[in-house]
Amino acid sequence: MSEALKARIAGVFNEPGCDTNVAKDTKERKKGCSKPLTPGAAAGGCAFDGAKIALQPLTDVVHLVHGPLACEGNGWDNRHASSSGSKLYRTGFTTDMTEMDIVMGNGEKRLYRAIKEAITRHNPPAVFVYATCVPAVIGDDIEAVCKHASAKLGTPCIPINAPGFAGSKNLGNKLAGEALIDYVIGTIEPEIVTDTDINILGEYNLSGELWQILPLFDKLGIRVQSCITGDAKFRDVASSHRVRLNMMVCSTALINVARKMQQKYGIPYFEGSFYGISDTSDALRMIAGMLVERGADASLIPRTNDLIAGEEARAWARIEPYRAALKGKRVLLYTGGVKSWSIVAALQEIGMEIVSTSVRKSTDNDKDKIKALMGGDAHMVDAIPPREMYASLMRGEADIMLSGGRTQFTALKAKTPWLDINQERHTAYAGYDGMVELVSELHRAIVNPVWQEVRRPAPWDMTVPAGLLESAC
Amino acid sequence: MAEIIHSHKSLSTNPLKASTPLGASLAYLGVAGSVPLLHGSQGCTSFALVLTVRHTKEAIPMQTTAIDEVATIMGGSDNLEEALINLTKRMKPKFIGVATTALMETRGEDIVGDLKLILERRQELRDVRVVLAKTPDFAGALEDGWSKAVSAIIDGIVEPPGSAVSLHQQINILPGVHQTAGDIEWMVETAESFGLTPVVLPDVSGSLDGTVPDHYIPTTFGGSTIESITHMGRALHTVAIGEHMRAPAELLAEKTGVPSTVLASLTGLGPSDEFVALLTTVSGRPAPARLRRQRSQLVDAMLDGHFYFGGKRIAIAADPDLLTGLAGFFTSMGADIVTAVASTANSPLLAAVPTARVVVGDLQDLEDSAAAAEADLLVTHSHGRQASERLGVPLLRVGFPVFDRLGAMHRCTVGYRGTRNLIFEVANIVLSGLHEHAPEDFSHALPIVEESRHAGATTATC
Repeated sequence: MSEALKARIAGVFNEPGCDTNVAKDTKERKKGCSKPLTPGAAAGGCAFDGAKIALQPLTDVVHLVHGPLACEGNGWDNRHASSSGSKLYRTGFTTDMTEMDIVMGNGEKRLYRAIKEAITRHNPPAVFVYATCVPAVIGDDIEAVCKHASAKLGTPCIPINAPGFAGSKNLGNKLAGEALIDYVIGTIEPEIVTDTDINILGEYNLSGELWQILPLFDKLGIRVQSCITGDAKFRDVASSHRVRLNMMVCSTALINVARKMQQKYGIPYFEGSFYGISDTSDALRMIAGMLVERGADASLIPRTNDLIAGEEARAWARIEPYRAALKGKRVLLYTGGVKSWSIVAALQEIGMEIVSTSVRKSTDNDKDKIKALMGGDAHMVDAIPPREMYASLMRGEADIMLSGGRTQFTALKAKTPWLDINQERHTAYAGYDGMVELVSELHRAIVNPVWQEVRRPAPWDMTVPAGLLESAC
Repeated sequence: MAEIIHSHKSLSTNPLKASTPLGASLAYLGVAGSVPLLHGSQGCTSFALVLTVRHTKEAIPMQTTAIDEVATIMGGSDNLEEALINLTKRMKPKFIGVATTALMETRGEDIVGDLKLILERRQELRDVRVVLAKTPDFAGALEDGWSKAVSAIIDGIVEPPGSAVSLHQQINILPGVHQTAGDIEWMVETAESFGLTPVVLPDVSGSLDGTVPDHYIPTTFGGSTIESITHMGRALHTVAIGEHMRAPAELLAEKTGVPSTVLASLTGLGPSDEFVALLTTVSGRPAPARLRRQRSQLVDAMLDGHFYFGGKRIAIAADPDLLTGLAGFFTSMGADIVTAVASTANSPLLAAVPTARVVVGDLQDLEDSAAAAEADLLVTHSHGRQASERLGVPLLRVGFPVFDRLGAMHRCTVGYRGTRNLIFEVANIVLSGLHEHAPEDFSHALPIVEESRHAGATTATC
């Protein structure tokens, strides 16, 4: 691993904006924030995966993966980050390194030619170049190639140096953020600046969730300069450094970007969520308050309160029809991606009972919120081994499980209703409308008669009903 | 004879290939009580796992040696050992198939030697069978990984035939990576209808066929058993499907003396007949009535279906054996292969694909060529969906991965029954694209239209 990359990783581990990190002593901090991986018992993606997840939603650039086939070939176009314009981000680009490139040390030359071919054909505003394990091992200097290509070809080429072996997906998210800070943000001056400009960080517009939120901002006259990186265009991100406020949605992913933008450009940030009704309202109130503090028209605050009152009333009215069927139903919440507590609060408000919730990726702050909501920490779990999860569901300890694709089949094989609340889903759950959608999906899953059907005993496990043959005549 | 065109591009756009270690993992998943272990960084496993889950809609056991920065510098042997021990403890597999990745092969360690030492040293691994295939991502694709893994299993587990006389008439079946659970079921049923006892390696029809077991099993449940693999030497004959299964078939023959036949494809009337003729010869029995009926159904489907194939311009992109088989099928029904893109050049049969040229390339090559040749139908895996949308040409999903449709593992396109299904599927795509004709469809009719308009105008002014 190059010295530059080592230094960057050390920098990311030393993130002062991260509460968990600040609470550690120097020795602990040096070890970094990713837990050591256990061979033969590891799950989850690598640093490259994390970097790609964080940046791929940028729609109009070429995302070029420098490495042998698997890194891009096995994983391209696999998420539902939506775009309102260019579809270029859904194209899979890779150097598909061959044995020859590796043995002959042709990696850098191949990469340069690949960048050139991509620019010639697609004329993108930028090329994002991702390092992977093999070129990192043979010493390909992607930073140098990108520098050379940017100068020679006149298109910014952004090196994303997060080879898989460097660490976990989470580290990859942060290394992607570092690349944005170093090479993208602040490189273009915005055409318009208003006193209600904001950025949203860590929102990827999965299944179009950003579009559930934007109309709220439109109504308030708040301008989202850039969502980093959901439905983003290169130009918007590059000129995102003149806004009044950054809202950070997925705290573990891009906190370094928020903090460095504060340091470099004096943009304050706060952490919020658009999952759940009260969280959405809190976020809107926070944004309005902070913008007014920084010079926006004071009428923004009462207008925001009016909007919230109207939207909340409308959402609850739409949820009401489901309340009777969902009241008292037991939920097993198992997720790292979505803020558990915002969902917990929402489900409790409609009378559902949370059997347990996972807190794998939650911060201490998150855990405190869950404790307050659920009364004690009895129902907080770290990770549930699949065998135990299956046994618990077979015993009927939950009426529905909410989780990600990884545990989907544990629930389904236990013949238990299941709802996808992670990145792979096709349904958008953000904001007021999103919460109504979630409740309606929960209802649809639980009341489906298929659960009775699939639990029917097989004919060979039953005594033949008397009169079967007679009635057949 | 097709000309084979090798791409000189440095940039692969919209990859057609799935990786070699992924192909090996799929083969390992066809063994009962198995866990595939990818020797590389955790992302190598994660990407392969997610894609396999999306294709099969099943929980997939697949593990990683989790190579990190230290192991990348110091060597991966300790990680391999730790992974084998950990997963044996946690999942209690009967079989672990190790597949190496580009990262470990680039380092160039003696992984085979390391594994041998680990297995000798660690008593905990006594009861689990471990094999290893060297499958760097930078060489080959899905078929190569699958083939190497099957060879590794044969090499490590099959025993030379003893003096024990087999009580039943066994036939070995070595399906290719493009065979689904549904395909294997047809082969097995058909072999059984000749009184033969088939042993399938790898048998994904027992492990990736989507069933609901009544208790929790962390490894594969079902598939080829170690016991049956051990005794593959007792068979009368081995039949392998696809050129990429030639090497494993030859290895098996070499190890056991069981003669083998490699069939290039099982899709289409001719290829199905070959398989049935082989079973007839091996078993010494006539084809059963039900199979004869199936053949007649296929012939009838060909008669009913050929209207919708004749002159249709087909663009195919697939791994070499799947490409060869499908191109033969479409051509036999009267369609023309206007575009053929292969993921690798690793098959001598590519030159025999009935088309002018076979490009070794990616889905961008498919899209460009299909657009230029005005193709009527795209035939490739699910990633062809973007090209299909952009060109406005329908897509027939084949091969791996098929992640945006259900039932990929149950779709049968081999033998009399499967070919019949495939004819209907393609014909129905064509039928759903038919539109009611309008005058402008017939350019030669345009002057007449002009005339009648003129006549109409005259009438109106009168």
